[in-house]
Amino acid sequence: MSVIEQFVSHHNYYVTILLMVSGLYIVIASGNMIKKLVGLSLFQTSVYLLYLSPAKIVGGTAPILDEKFQVYSNPLPHVLILTAIVVGIATISLGLAIVVRIYEVYGTIEEDEIFSSDGEI
Amino acid sequence: MEAYILMALLLLLTIVTIAIVFQRSLFAVVILAGIYSFLMATAMIVLDAVDVAMTEAAVGAGVATVFFLASLHLTRAREYPRPRAVWLPLFVAGVVGAALIGGTYDLPLFGSAASPIHQHIAPHYLNESMGETGVPNVVTAVLADYRSIDTLGETTVIFTAGIGIMVLLRGRRRRRGEDKDDVDPGARET
Repeated sequence: MSVIEQFVSHHNYYVTILLMVSGLYIVIASGNMIKKLVGLSLFQTSVYLLYLSPAKIVGGTAPILDEKFQVYSNPLPHVLILTAIVVGIATISLGLAIVVRIYEVYGTIEEDEIFSSDGEI
Repeated sequence: MEAYILMALLLLLTIVTIAIVFQRSLFAVVILAGIYSFLMATAMIVLDAVDVAMTEAAVGAGVATVFFLASLHLTRAREYPRPRAVWLPLFVAGVVGAALIGGTYDLPLFGSAASPIHQHIAPHYLNESMGETGVPNVVTAVLADYRSIDTLGETTVIFTAGIGIMVLLRGRRRRRGEDKDDVDPGARET
């Protein structure tokens, strides 16, 4: 198999990896906690793409049974990702509640300012 | 045809992601994250995951954006300074990305019905779920019947997160009241 065929066939995995790595970069590099949480949700969402890509069959249809269709995509990853989306919003909203609480105590959501004011409180 | 639509959507996703990385206004970041979720939901429809796409559009693009905007309002956050150390995160992200790209090398081809994921348990669900559960939507049948304990666990996670948020934000109104009329702060603590 040629390199180009390989690239075209795996391009969704490369995009998945790019999204994942950007999320990781945002989580580590940015000191602002809300931006960190956006990065975390980017990372989570890229995992959805990683799970749903192999489930697809070209020429298939959504797994809702009907006499007119024979080929269906794999339903199991869809179920797992449905669960993951809901758990994802639960973690993100808990994180946001912690950020709001931090703002009430420290008056800022910048990591540097929180660390530097840690001795005073 | 499906592959080209997917390619275009993934290209748009890439552009939005790069914009999120470089954008420093928090409001713009949150709105871009909402756009990202909508694009992701559209890509999910192309990947035949219609139930997931609906959930992602409602939860990822709707509820999550509202939550982010609410906490932007509560924390009065507008913009944030440029990160100090860029090289360490770039290095970590680069190493992780290289390892993952190495891992894609022997993955099966996209959209092939012969790949291992379609051989083991999916045919059972597709062939038997109508007789065993009577639900035409296989995703619903698996979610609410075969893996219902899993779904119960998911509900427990949401319940726990809800309790956590309530505990964290419970004292907000009371504390704000103390700031306004600072008459006898000690008495209210007890």
